[in-house]
Amino acid sequence: MSRRHLGIFTAAVLAAASLTACGGSGDDSAASPKTLTYWASNQGASLEADKTILQPELDKFEKQTGIKVTVEVVPWSDLLNRLLAAAASGKGPDVVNIGNTWSASLQATGALVEFDDAALQAVGGKDRIVPAALAAAGAPGKPPAAVPLYSMAYSLYYNKKSFADAGITAPPTTWEQLTEYGKKLSTGGKWGLAIEGANPSENAHHAFTFSQQYGGEWFDSAGKPTFDTPQNVSAIKRYIDFMAADKITNPSNAEYAQNQSVSDFANGKAAMLLWQSAGSNLKTQNMPADAYGVAPVPFLASPPAGGKKVNSMVAGINMAVFKHTKNKDGALSFVKFMTSDEEQTILNKTYGSLPAVKTAASDPAFSATEQKTIQETLVTTAAPLPQVPDESTFETLVGTAMKELFADAASGKPVTEASVKAKLTDAQQKMR
Amino acid sequence: MLSPTTATDSERTPMATSTTAPDADRRESRAGSPARGPARRPRGPRRSLLPYLLLAPAVVLELAIHVIPMVVGVWMSLLELTQFHIRDWSTAPFVGWENYRATLDLNSAAGKELLHSFWITLAYSLLSVGFAWLLGISAAVVLQRPFRGRAILRALFLTPYALPVYAAVITWSFLLQRDTGLVNHVLVDQLGLLGERPFWLIGDNSFWSLLVVSVWRNWPFAFLCLMAGLQNVPGELYEAAAIDGAGFWRRLRSVTLPMLRPVNLVLLLVLFLWTFNDFNTPFVLFGGSAPEQADLISIHIYRSSFKTWDFGSGSAMSVALLLFLLVVSAAYLLITNRRRDDHA
Repeated sequence: MSRRHLGIFTAAVLAAASLTACGGSGDDSAASPKTLTYWASNQGASLEADKTILQPELDKFEKQTGIKVTVEVVPWSDLLNRLLAAAASGKGPDVVNIGNTWSASLQATGALVEFDDAALQAVGGKDRIVPAALAAAGAPGKPPAAVPLYSMAYSLYYNKKSFADAGITAPPTTWEQLTEYGKKLSTGGKWGLAIEGANPSENAHHAFTFSQQYGGEWFDSAGKPTFDTPQNVSAIKRYIDFMAADKITNPSNAEYAQNQSVSDFANGKAAMLLWQSAGSNLKTQNMPADAYGVAPVPFLASPPAGGKKVNSMVAGINMAVFKHTKNKDGALSFVKFMTSDEEQTILNKTYGSLPAVKTAASDPAFSATEQKTIQETLVTTAAPLPQVPDESTFETLVGTAMKELFADAASGKPVTEASVKAKLTDAQQKMR
Repeated sequence: MLSPTTATDSERTPMATSTTAPDADRRESRAGSPARGPARRPRGPRRSLLPYLLLAPAVVLELAIHVIPMVVGVWMSLLELTQFHIRDWSTAPFVGWENYRATLDLNSAAGKELLHSFWITLAYSLLSVGFAWLLGISAAVVLQRPFRGRAILRALFLTPYALPVYAAVITWSFLLQRDTGLVNHVLVDQLGLLGERPFWLIGDNSFWSLLVVSVWRNWPFAFLCLMAGLQNVPGELYEAAAIDGAGFWRRLRSVTLPMLRPVNLVLLLVLFLWTFNDFNTPFVLFGGSAPEQADLISIHIYRSSFKTWDFGSGSAMSVALLLFLLVVSAAYLLITNRRRDDHA
């Protein structure tokens, strides 16, 4: 081999090698006790909007304590990766927002401060926190790895005018009714139900609810996956069939992953939507609050044996503190500030979510139909997603399997019990 | 690029430096050393140190950016590195070949998917490189002779390469959406070529969508390299061929392509490695979880490590892929090298 070829060869080796070289980057944690870095999740209409909403509150905190908080709003598509990189490197923010379903997964990294009784006391006390929300903040039997910040639940949003035009007087309370109404509403280029079919997380959330209603579980008591049980197969098939069999969902929804289903609902292209705290999002899309109704997510008309009366996951955002913080006291006082009655009222009112502390829930801001429906669901029929370390893997694998099933349904391939089971078995085999 | 001319240039460089040596000697002898021999001796060690000093920054960066991460990647592939151990790797159990066994076991779901993804990626790379090269050579040959507007066309052809990947590919993803995309609007609503609105981003079509976007992004690079290569083809060769009665195709086959061989040699290899490892295009086009028909291996590895928090098996797949690409590159170089020796 000539020297020149050796050169090309080396270049080729290095180009190929760049594949194996991947890693995370993180900002340096705040070194001074007077500063904190905070990664906020995207709750409002845009990252910029969130910054505008949060900044006055952070200024207030700085005035009270002298601690300056630098906020970065991280989009959902990046948040888990960024958190993982921060956990792995021991560098990055002091305080973060996490999706509450990730609590146990992130807790397993050992990178988060655990809120034992003393730490909970330092942020205002355990008794203030809504129990359902606290149950979704870490693995059972362990101190929570985070503190609930915003609470949400799924509700059924329906277009009042479309319902009236079709002669439907009340929102459906069972899936059978929803299908029946959906068929009436799917005419003239409009559709009954909008679904975010290519978004694995959304799919996985519905997988949980439907599975509960069919009496299924995604993990057994030892934390082992039980994806392809008959109950789960029926549950997933029921959800995919809205598009595949009932044809009340536009096949285009199979490629929706950027909240297009919310836009379709806001524009009147679809008459129903299953979503968590959609109100503030609909408002930014110019759908007035009196144009839609909010009702609890339906149940099965005749649930099978073992079926549970669950119609939503306990959704929400938790606040966590990284162990690598050099300013733990400051971080805890920031968590205390953000979960104080005043801040909980201000922020949840803006975002259309519910306070995670009981003491703020009585504010009149939370008595609108949407908030009342969410509140009722959270108190009575919501259950937390399995708080196991593999939860985020479940969301990815099952959510992606459902995305593929929606793609099959959209392109006219049959979706059968067997094809659903095959996908779930595959997903389960990938869990190690 | 490494054309014959540049190669001879670089071979000439040592000579060029040695011609400056007498000047330096003269200066030194003016400074007072009587004999040439002793005057040279102190330069000995310095001269041997200097190249290494000059190389040092590159070597350090090379180590830091390529070699160390690569070694770490190989080490990771031997560990059971999940979320339980990501914070402190020393606690991760050493599992040896277990990750390789699990991911390369073709009877398991994971192994089957990896193999599927491998074939998809191979087809994608070969087609993408082939089309990009064809477009590149066609455009380069057409634009070889000066004509009015040539500069504008050249600049226009290079735009896909100049655009930021993210902006370019996200635009494609908007164009390809089923209900609101421009592609279906033109094909279905305006031209009426297709009865039903097809999906471009899911299902079987997704592979072809990905291929089109990839060719669109890569061909300007082929065009650029080939255009540069053509500048080195002496005009006399074409004149001589024309006198011999060679037509366009004959000139292309007997003059242009042989003269471009050194450029093509590198271009095809580099394009192949780039497309095989391409992450940005599918990631932006499909948003992180590609449809199975377009599940490129880079996305597959990303999903198996980042999304499922199993960095050990993700690394094992990466190392296996690295070995494959090494074998391909080495075989390619050996074959092309031997063929050239035959020609010589």
